[in-house]
Amino acid sequence: MPIIVDYDAGNVRSVQRACEYVGMDATISADPEVVASADRLIFPGVGSAESAVDTLRERGLDEAIRAFYASGKPLLGICLGLQIVLEHTEEGNKNCLGLVEGACERFNFSDRSVKVPHIGWNEVDFVGSHPMLDEMQSGDEFYFVHSYFAKPLHEKNILGTTVYGEKTFVSIIGKDNLFATQFHLEKSGKLGLKLLAAFSRWSASC
Amino acid sequence: MLSKRIIACLDVRDGNLAKSVKFVDTQDIGDPVSKAKEYYDDGLDELVFYDITASSDARNIMLDVVQQVANQVYIPFSVGGGIRTVDDANKLLWAGAEKINVNSAAVVRPELIAECAHAIGAQNTVLSMDIKKVEISRHFPSGYEVVINGGRKPMGIDALDWALKGEELGAGELVVNSIDADGTREGYEITLTRMIAEAVSIPVIASGGAGKPEHLLEVLTEGKADAALVASMVHYGDYTVSGLKAWLHERGVKVRMRY
Repeated sequence: MPIIVDYDAGNVRSVQRACEYVGMDATISADPEVVASADRLIFPGVGSAESAVDTLRERGLDEAIRAFYASGKPLLGICLGLQIVLEHTEEGNKNCLGLVEGACERFNFSDRSVKVPHIGWNEVDFVGSHPMLDEMQSGDEFYFVHSYFAKPLHEKNILGTTVYGEKTFVSIIGKDNLFATQFHLEKSGKLGLKLLAAFSRWSASC
Repeated sequence: MLSKRIIACLDVRDGNLAKSVKFVDTQDIGDPVSKAKEYYDDGLDELVFYDITASSDARNIMLDVVQQVANQVYIPFSVGGGIRTVDDANKLLWAGAEKINVNSAAVVRPELIAECAHAIGAQNTVLSMDIKKVEISRHFPSGYEVVINGGRKPMGIDALDWALKGEELGAGELVVNSIDADGTREGYEITLTRMIAEAVSIPVIASGGAGKPEHLLEVLTEGKADAALVASMVHYGDYTVSGLKAWLHERGVKVRMRY
């Protein structure tokens, strides 16, 4: 059964509703055993990465997500769920799950009129090819809400980029059975739902 | 590049869509759930619901409206009106809202902003401000005053001071609603919107007065707003969301065109 990880970081119900809409009957769970043995895992999250990482550790969910990733089954990270799969975040100077080499940094613009957080709809340019992105077109827009952005170490882990202010940042990360978006595909209208539907069909055996 | 957002505002009274003119006379004009779905299908970027219901009984109707909308509409949407506690906010989030708008209760008790930001995240806490033009004075250096209770009660607080305080307390976005322009369809209050947008480092949503596409263009460029709130002009069918976006796009405003 598809599982949505619940660790008090945002509206898991929004994600569940969107899953339901695309025909994926997903259950919300905070139980490490359930999470580790899911056949498909969605790791969402909004808010502070610092408290999110603490909560994951307290509940033993960090190990559960690592174990799930190691199983090779499809894993979808959304927003904080993209940032936390990296090794480290500047937010509260926290070590994260380390599934992907790299770290997260805060947006810092010399131009004060570029607002932080980055809130709203922005374009994604898709990089390389991935079975989940077959139906997507560079320039498609998705809904973002975040102040930190991912810097994966290896270029091969970059599946999408977005421009904000003077900065081009990584908005989709992919590695093995992991696919993670900085944007909220559950709040990104029909294109977001299309991507979520693609996840529901993805076998991760690419 | 980040797009400018077009946000439709639906005033809901006892479960029906209502539209106000200068915040006083309201009339019912339809079902908010079907309107929300219609706008979503037509490329709307975001929705705001204001519960203008007076009685507490009808609050549950609002939760039901929120739930129905959340099952059909997959864009961000926020709910405001009568939120006094974190508990009120949580109920709406659980029903399916993405963000909550605090207004009058936050003016009376500013800690509400910090409490909501802490409990549900700053990015989900929107401070909505009702503002009226006044004479520039020592007490109102910006020339604008904060009012509450649907514009009926002046609070003796300078609008720019309140915007900055709201940001400091943890609001993730600001709705700048001009009581003078509200319902007139004669254009947004550009001076006010620009003054606040330039002073804060969080997104500013312009509200009140939209009647023509030119008004949106003006507030999104000259007014420096990140988003424009529309109500009457789309509710009565004079304009469509997709039509407005195409019009703005042709004039060089970056808006989301694929949906």
